[in-house]
Parts: sequence; structure tokens; C-alpha cells
Amino acid sequence: MKGRPELYTSYGQDMGFLNTRPKRAWSGGLVVLALVLPFMITDDLLQLLATGFVAAIGAIGLNIVTGYAGQVSLGHAFFLAIGAYTAAALSGPEDGRVIGFGITSLPVWLLASGLVAALFGVLVAPVAVRLRGLYLAIVTLGLVFLGEHVFREWTSLTGGPGVGRPAAVPELFGVRLDQDSALFTAAQQLYLLMFVLLVIFGVLARNLVRSRVGRAFAAVRDRDLAASVIGVDLTRYKVLAFAVSSFYAGVAGALLFVVNGFFDPGSFSLLLSVQYIAMVLIGGAGTISGAIMGALFITLLPRITRELPTVLPFISGDATGAFTVFQLEAVLYGVLIIVFLIVEPRGLFGIWVRVRNYWRTWPFSY
Amino acid sequence: MDEFLQSLIRGLGTGSIYSLLALGFVIIYKSTQVISFAQPAFMLAGAVLVSYLSPAVSFLGAVLVAAVVIAVLALGVERTVLRPMVGKPVFVVAIITIGVDVVVRVVTNAFIGLDVRQVGDPWGLNTVSFLGAEVQQRYLVMIATTAVVTALLFLFFRYSRIGLAMRAVAYDQEVALAQGISVGSVFALSWALAGGLAALAGVFVATGAGVDQQLWIVALKALPAIILGGLESLGGAVVGGLAVGVVESLFGTYQGDFAPWLGPNFGLVAPYALMLLVLLVRPYGLFGKREVERL
Repeated sequence: MKGRPELYTSYGQDMGFLNTRPKRAWSGGLVVLALVLPFMITDDLLQLLATGFVAAIGAIGLNIVTGYAGQVSLGHAFFLAIGAYTAAALSGPEDGRVIGFGITSLPVWLLASGLVAALFGVLVAPVAVRLRGLYLAIVTLGLVFLGEHVFREWTSLTGGPGVGRPAAVPELFGVRLDQDSALFTAAQQLYLLMFVLLVIFGVLARNLVRSRVGRAFAAVRDRDLAASVIGVDLTRYKVLAFAVSSFYAGVAGALLFVVNGFFDPGSFSLLLSVQYIAMVLIGGAGTISGAIMGALFITLLPRITRELPTVLPFISGDATGAFTVFQLEAVLYGVLIIVFLIVEPRGLFGIWVRVRNYWRTWPFSY
Repeated sequence: MDEFLQSLIRGLGTGSIYSLLALGFVIIYKSTQVISFAQPAFMLAGAVLVSYLSPAVSFLGAVLVAAVVIAVLALGVERTVLRPMVGKPVFVVAIITIGVDVVVRVVTNAFIGLDVRQVGDPWGLNTVSFLGAEVQQRYLVMIATTAVVTALLFLFFRYSRIGLAMRAVAYDQEVALAQGISVGSVFALSWALAGGLAALAGVFVATGAGVDQQLWIVALKALPAIILGGLESLGGAVVGGLAVGVVESLFGTYQGDFAPWLGPNFGLVAPYALMLLVLLVRPYGLFGKREVERL
């Protein structure tokens, strides 16, 4: 089969990880670019990108339950909050204003926050297993409101609304990553940390969804009754989808505020859930790389709109004008979701596929 | 006892707001199988419109005009944004309505500004003696209006030709189409009805405290109401709405004494807890119908 890399003779080849030469080249190129980037751009952009990478981990999680397993969840903000507070409580100082246990080692609190969030996912799943479609969406929405209430009132954990508490302390092998070291600035270290974690969790998710489990998820999504007839255990796989998705959400939640260093219970509102839904839908539901693209796009969007007033003078840059960037940003979320769903339901990933197919057969692209 | 009666009336009053909103949700759901998350925005827009119109054309006139204008707005949204999506997965359409909601709300917020706007209702916070308890007039007005609107809707669906068409579409779209019913206009009409109901609900929410940018959150309380009642049931929407209002109000009054560990303001989220409990027992709500599935 030499010289014909796209001729597949087995299912395993077709489902292979990075199975074509262009895929390997592109992925390698992107990784190299991402590793070089911290030495070329300014720290505030790096922080933004780091936040984007974390959001990508969360979006991958939502994509597993919504994009692959077809269980619409508007409750992602709740699981992000669980992760964020588990991590912050574990790594916080023991004698502080808010609950803390002083375990600052990053792998420990990262794993713990993922597991606690997954536990909550499993607890919620029994309700979810009995419900379908929009009923499920609304129930998970209720979860966000209940969570918001608990976090608002439990001030000894969360610091209370408007006050907040410090985020988790990222310490790896005794090195504080959020402080400048001899070689790197804090922003560079956090950027690299988030990037490495994104690669790890992205590869794990990609491997999950191309396995037996992933095929079961897709079967449940496409027609759950048919799936159960051919022997897919619906309860088992729905619970599993929620558990994995919540684990990712927990991990993302734990890291989400590390870059800023501070967060308050007001952050975990319905808006956050909608943002993650937007990431998944704009990026492309049911694809890992789409979730990453969507997350980076949504995270960078505010930055782009901030630049708009210099180009379009009728938009006001501060909060006082008739049509401000903040309004524009909120409208853009809505408009982008609508436009993508109507025009390109496969999202950014779909656009990429079209570009790829155009060039693959270039110059005979018809 | 007075305290109980007061909170009961307050609960039924706010509950009737939820009922109006829930009716809108259910009407749209029955005809198009989609939950429209755009209802909060229409509700807000209705209240804001009334706050601008009422100095000019009196409160009652403003309410009527606003209900019609918002109904037309909702119809326009259905025509332009939702119509291309007919036949797409319901979840996708539901997400689009979230997008619509965000856009309409941001535009409306620009008209609110940072202040609280008054809708100019004649009741304010005045109270009246009712069965020996002092209750606010506006709650009684809400209950009465909702009763009238619900009765009118019932008559409309039961006896009018268009109502019959809407029921037929809810029952089976293809068969209705084959009988010569314009399914498209039924979709549009159901959005218009829901928009009008939302505008009316918005005005009621704004009586007393006025309109601010956070008003739309109230509309989300209608979601537990429709789930409680069952998505397909108009009667269930009314019952669910009232139940949510009463639970919220009673929790607000008594939970501080009986269950302080739940934290203050638990009443505001109690409907969601109630919804979770009901769904554990009856996954299709109290009056919803169990779906028969075929491969």
C-alpha cells in the first residue's frame, strides 16, 4: 500500500489517530507553533490564550455529553463551579478567610476536582437517564440556578458574592507556576502548563470517542431506542457520558481562574453555560478539534471586539455611548450562534473541512 | 393565618405571571415542538414598551398596544429566524432561540439604561382588605386577568376555526397539512400569541418595582412551571405556574423559621428543587403525556 496513504484496508486504519500525513504535519506544526508562541507575544495575550486552552478542556467535556452522546446539558457552569471550588478549597491556605486545606500540589487538586465533579455528574445522571431532549436541558438549567444559590450562600467556602476567594494555587514539584521564575515569566509558565494539559486531555478525549465507548455514545445520540435494541446499555452509557463530561468540566473549572487568581460565585451563571454551548456549536458539535477552535474563538472574541472602535467609529469604546462594545459583544454571541447554526451547522470544523477538501484536489476542485 | 393568606395571594399573583409565560412556552411547544428561550426577551421588551407608551396613551392602552407590538415582533422573529430551521433538530432550534433572546434583550436594555423605569400602573403597592388580610391590589388584578386570559384562550382553542387548526397541527402536522391547514401560519400565530402573553406578563412583573435590566430572570421561573405541568398541557402550564408561585412565596415566608439551613432567599430557587423532585417521580410532568416510541 505504499504511496497510497489514504487507501484503508481495515476499520482500525480508518479510525486511526492522526491517520494521514497532512494530519500529522498539521498537528505537529500547530504544536510547534504553540510551543514557540510564548517567546514571541506579550504576556497579556498569553494569559488570554491560556484561558482559552482551559476553556477548550471544558468545551471538550461538554462536547462529549452534548455533541457525542446527544444529551443536551445547560448545566456545564454548575460542574465548572464544583471543580473550581474543590480545587480552590484543597489548595487554599489552612488559616485563611475561607475554607482551605493547604494541599497545593497541582496534580492532586486537579485530579480531585475532576473526580468530585464527576461524582456530581453521576448523582445527576439518574434524573437525566429518565429524561429526553428539552426536558433534560431545562433540568440541567435548574441545576445551574440551585448551584448559584448554594455558592452565594455558602460564604465560608466561596467568600460570598462580590467578594470571592483566591483561585487554586498552581504548584508543580515545589515550583509556584503563577510567580515569575529565573527562566520564564508567570504568564509563560501558565501558558505552557495549560497547553500541555489541553494536549493531554484532548488526546484522551479523542481516544475515548474513537473507541467502543465513543461508538456507543454516537448510537445513543442518533437514536437511543435503536441503540438499546442493538445492545447498548442506555443507562450505563448516559451515566458514563455525564461522568466523563463532568470530569472535564471539573478540571477546566479548577484551572479556569488560576490565570486571573481570583473568582466569585457570580461567575457561574447561566451565561457561562451558554458560552460553553456556543463554543461547542460554533466550533462544531461532535468533534474534538472543533471544540478547541470554538473555545479559542469565544475566548478571543472580547479582545477582537475591543479593537473594533478604532476601525468603526460609531461604536463607543467605553460604557457610556449609545452602542458600546459590551453590547456588541453580547449581541455577537447571539448572532454568531444563529448564523453558524443556519449557515454552517458543522461549525468552524465544517469550514476547515471545506477548505481542506478544496485544497486536497486543487487545482481540480470541482 | 393572615400571614398565610397574604403569602398565598402573593404566590397566586406571581404564579399567574408564571402561568401566562408558561402558556406561551406551551403554545409554541405544542405547535412547533420547540421550547422558545426567547420568551424572557419578549417579556422584557413588553414591559419596556409599556413604560414608554403609558404616559401618552394611558396604562391600559399601553398594555394593549405593547401586547400587539410584541406579538408582531415575535411573529417577525419566527418568520425570519425560525422558519429556515423547520425540520432541523429541536435542540438546534432551541439554541437559536437563545441567540434571539440575547439579541433582543441587549437591544431592549439599551432602551432601559441604568435607571429603573416605571410602567405607570394604577395599583403601585396599594393594599386592599381581602378576607380579613391586607393584600396588594396588583396581585388580585394579576389573578383575575390571568383567569380571564386563560378562559379566553380555552374558548379560542375550543370553538374558533383557527383554534381548531392549531389543535390539529399539534396533534399531527402532516395530517393537518393534508387537510389544507396552513401549518406555517399556525407556527407564526403561536409565536405571536406567546409574544403577546409574554408582554402582558412583563407588565405585571414590572408593576410595583418597575423595569430594570434584571427583569428577564423572572421569565426563567416559567421553565420549572412548564416542566411541572408537562410540556404538552395548557392546563398543566396554568397549574404549574400557580404551583411555582405558591411554593416560592410560601418558602419565602416560612423557610426562615422551619429550615434556616437552606440559607436566605431559598424561596427563589425552590421551584427548581420542586421540579427536580417531581421529575424523579413523573418524568413527563404532572399532566404531560408519555411518548410512545417506535423504531
